[in-house]
Amino acid sequence: MLEVRNLYKTYEGKPLLTDISFTVAEGETICLLGASGSGKSTLLRMIAGLESPDSGIVAFDGLDLSSTPPHLRDFGLVFQDYALFPHLNVSDNVAFGLKMRRIEQYEIADRVASMLESVNLRGFENRNVTDLSGGEQQRVALARALAIRPRLLMFDEPLGALDRALREGLLQELRGILHRTKIPAMYVTHDQAEAFAIADRILILHDGEIVRDDTPKAVTADPKSAFVARFLGLGDVIEAGYLGRNKFQTTYGVFTVKCGHKHAKGERVHLLARPLEVRREANVVGGLVSDIVFDRDRFKVTLDNGLQIYMKDAPKVGRKITARVKVECLS
Amino acid sequence: MDSSVDERGDEINMNQTNDRREVAVRNVFNFSVVSAPMWSRCLCLWLLPLTFLAIFFFLPLSKILSFTFSLETLTPENIRIAMDALRFTLFQAALSTILTLALGIPSVILFARYDFRGKSVLRALTAVPFLLPTVVVAASFNSLLGPNGLLSTFHFFLFPHSTLPTSSFTLHPFVAILLAHVFYNSTIVIRIVGAALSNLDPKLEQTARSLGADSLRAWTKVTLPLLRPSILAASLLVFLFDFTSFGVILLLGGSQFATLEVEIYIQAVKQLNLPLAALLSVIQLLCTLVVSMLYTKYTIRNTLPLTPRSSLVKPQTIKQKLLVTSFVFLLTSFFALPLLSLPVRSLFRLEADRGQRGEIQYGFTTDYYEELFINRRGSLFYVPPFQAILNSIIYASGTVILSLLLGFPAAFALANPSRIEKFLDPLIMLPLGSSAVMLGLGFLLTFGKWLTSPLLVPFAHALVALPFVIRALQPAIASIPQRLRQAASSLGASPLEVWKNIDLPILRRAALAAATFAFTISLGEFGATLLITRPDRPTIPVAIERFLSQPGGLNYGQAMAMASILMVLTVISILLIEKFRLPNSREF
Repeated sequence: MLEVRNLYKTYEGKPLLTDISFTVAEGETICLLGASGSGKSTLLRMIAGLESPDSGIVAFDGLDLSSTPPHLRDFGLVFQDYALFPHLNVSDNVAFGLKMRRIEQYEIADRVASMLESVNLRGFENRNVTDLSGGEQQRVALARALAIRPRLLMFDEPLGALDRALREGLLQELRGILHRTKIPAMYVTHDQAEAFAIADRILILHDGEIVRDDTPKAVTADPKSAFVARFLGLGDVIEAGYLGRNKFQTTYGVFTVKCGHKHAKGERVHLLARPLEVRREANVVGGLVSDIVFDRDRFKVTLDNGLQIYMKDAPKVGRKITARVKVECLS
Repeated sequence: MDSSVDERGDEINMNQTNDRREVAVRNVFNFSVVSAPMWSRCLCLWLLPLTFLAIFFFLPLSKILSFTFSLETLTPENIRIAMDALRFTLFQAALSTILTLALGIPSVILFARYDFRGKSVLRALTAVPFLLPTVVVAASFNSLLGPNGLLSTFHFFLFPHSTLPTSSFTLHPFVAILLAHVFYNSTIVIRIVGAALSNLDPKLEQTARSLGADSLRAWTKVTLPLLRPSILAASLLVFLFDFTSFGVILLLGGSQFATLEVEIYIQAVKQLNLPLAALLSVIQLLCTLVVSMLYTKYTIRNTLPLTPRSSLVKPQTIKQKLLVTSFVFLLTSFFALPLLSLPVRSLFRLEADRGQRGEIQYGFTTDYYEELFINRRGSLFYVPPFQAILNSIIYASGTVILSLLLGFPAAFALANPSRIEKFLDPLIMLPLGSSAVMLGLGFLLTFGKWLTSPLLVPFAHALVALPFVIRALQPAIASIPQRLRQAASSLGASPLEVWKNIDLPILRRAALAAATFAFTISLGEFGATLLITRPDRPTIPVAIERFLSQPGGLNYGQAMAMASILMVLTVISILLIEKFRLPNSREF
């Protein structure tokens, strides 16, 4: 469906996006995950046609869209600040795109009603959008984007302005709607929890490039690079030198790790030490406990050498401890 | 998963040569696509306003310049007159500015610190004089403190045998001028410094207090230094207005107080010494340019959200109460008395009409208003004053149409300016820096042949109104978040539909405010009109000047009546502007 090929964009002379290529299939929700300023919103706006790339192609169903102005693309767009029209009420906001398409009045009324129904805003028709709460405004924005029955839905940090509890509720609703409508969707966020909750596939943007494009499960199971492991906070990323026979020398001791790739002796590689204590593991880390933080059902223990481990029971600060952890190869 | 990546890689490799060509082709194409709308946008939006400015501002300006730099202009006599005028202008402007600050800064503190009954009314009251035409301000002061003013005539009426000369109740004209300047410029200080103060984070002062500074030290060491740029900006703006003040000085002081502006008028109209008038305008223009540049330098255009100051208190101690009450009383009477005395004076006969001897009838009268409809002199060239009101309204309507026509495209371009357009912004604002009389002189020199045409006046007025119209429209246009247009566009609205459905409805109020602005400015415009209007087509301000310059109670009373009408019209316009503007600013 959506295909982005070799997209380049510079911003004030500096490369912002380099060689971006990916696809979004029917019924699929992909999530662009990246730090703020990584160019993910720009990428979204280029796909929407609101900005033009320096080079590269945005195509939909095999058709190059570079000469299609944004209003003819049929891509729904939901912004972080909602961008509701302040001079129109709720139903006029939702009806806006339909009026632009010269749809009959009675059908507009029908569709607006069913849209508001589907985002749980029945009875809000004549309310002023400026009087709504953040969550309600977000629903209006969503209904407005859905009403035009877009070929693609795009979300630019849509829940960024909302508090956590509201965010989780809306995410669930959104997931339901996307599942029902089968509209392909692109979701941009810097919040990985949000990304993992909604995405079929995750694209991680770093230094203007897509460094990873995979399912959430695959990405967490095998981050494949030090950056992704650090960015997702999967554990301690440790620099190591290969000693041969699956042995690696680190500042925290020697670890035995089976790698997928062959390494030459003395090669510098990155290892990932997952912070979970596991009984049957060969690798042991240890140190003096310098800090303990309670985190949901367990304790995050920070050692004096900087390593972090999650433990069921809290040790005392200053005690020397050891723990068995899973260590993986990152490169 | 890996294989699919590889597949795509192959596909890309296969298409690479194709892609490259496509990219190259499209880069060329893109270039034309991007730059074509840029140029057409520039042309469409700027063609009208810039042509207008070229013909009606720069052409007259070049005429003035060419008159100035000729040998016969730069005679010692001319230069002496010019230097005398410049010296006096600088002196009165500086003095007025200092006095304005002396009243303005305490008012800022009063409004920022204390909560008292009628505060918003008083705040609004201080702003009214600034928006009134200078002719009305001059007439108001005249009605209170002038030789025929309420104060002196009341005194004469109450104590007919008093030995005190009436002059002891009449202000010296120079003092009246200074007071009038303070009267209509204080609001600039109150607004600009007040806005800066309300934008200051109250936590700064609170921190200073927590670090051991008493309230005076916190004010002088933290708040005042932070306010300095805004005080400087306000002073420069006040200075600029005092420097180019015309109506007040001409009507209150007469020709003996020749500022540059008054001298230009005298030389151009009374002495018919056009070269000297041109020289004076060039000197004036240079001065205003320097001050405007300084002003722009010190203006902080911050659109920070207001952090409401929480430190608002009701006066607590007796000392505070006394101070606040007396200051509020002073402010109220200073701003309200002249405004009240004008309509009162226009309804009371307090002196002999011309030709009236012996028995004088004092008291309430509507004669002055009734006289407005009568052509007393029965002369062909003399028109009844009522005609002046009609003229003013017709000219003002023309000004509204013209300035909106020119202002809308310019405001659109400036709301989201490209690099070149940022450079055009000060260009559009230039007429604001040059004085009204100078604009009139330029018209006189350039369009002398067409002076009989009534069309010239709206064009001059539009020149004065255009910067205000643009400034009223531009923030409203800019306040529409780009995201709204993008959202509309992604919902299927074409650029024209975006303008029709998003920009226009949101701008309707701003457009109404801008139109009212233009209307009000045209109604009150005095300097330029005085120079270019035909004698048989006076506007209200010109008629007021004529009445005031003629002796006799009836003429004086008619001047008061006309000024009252103009004041009422202006106040209605101000209320309309506020009505159009306020809900809008609350919405965004």
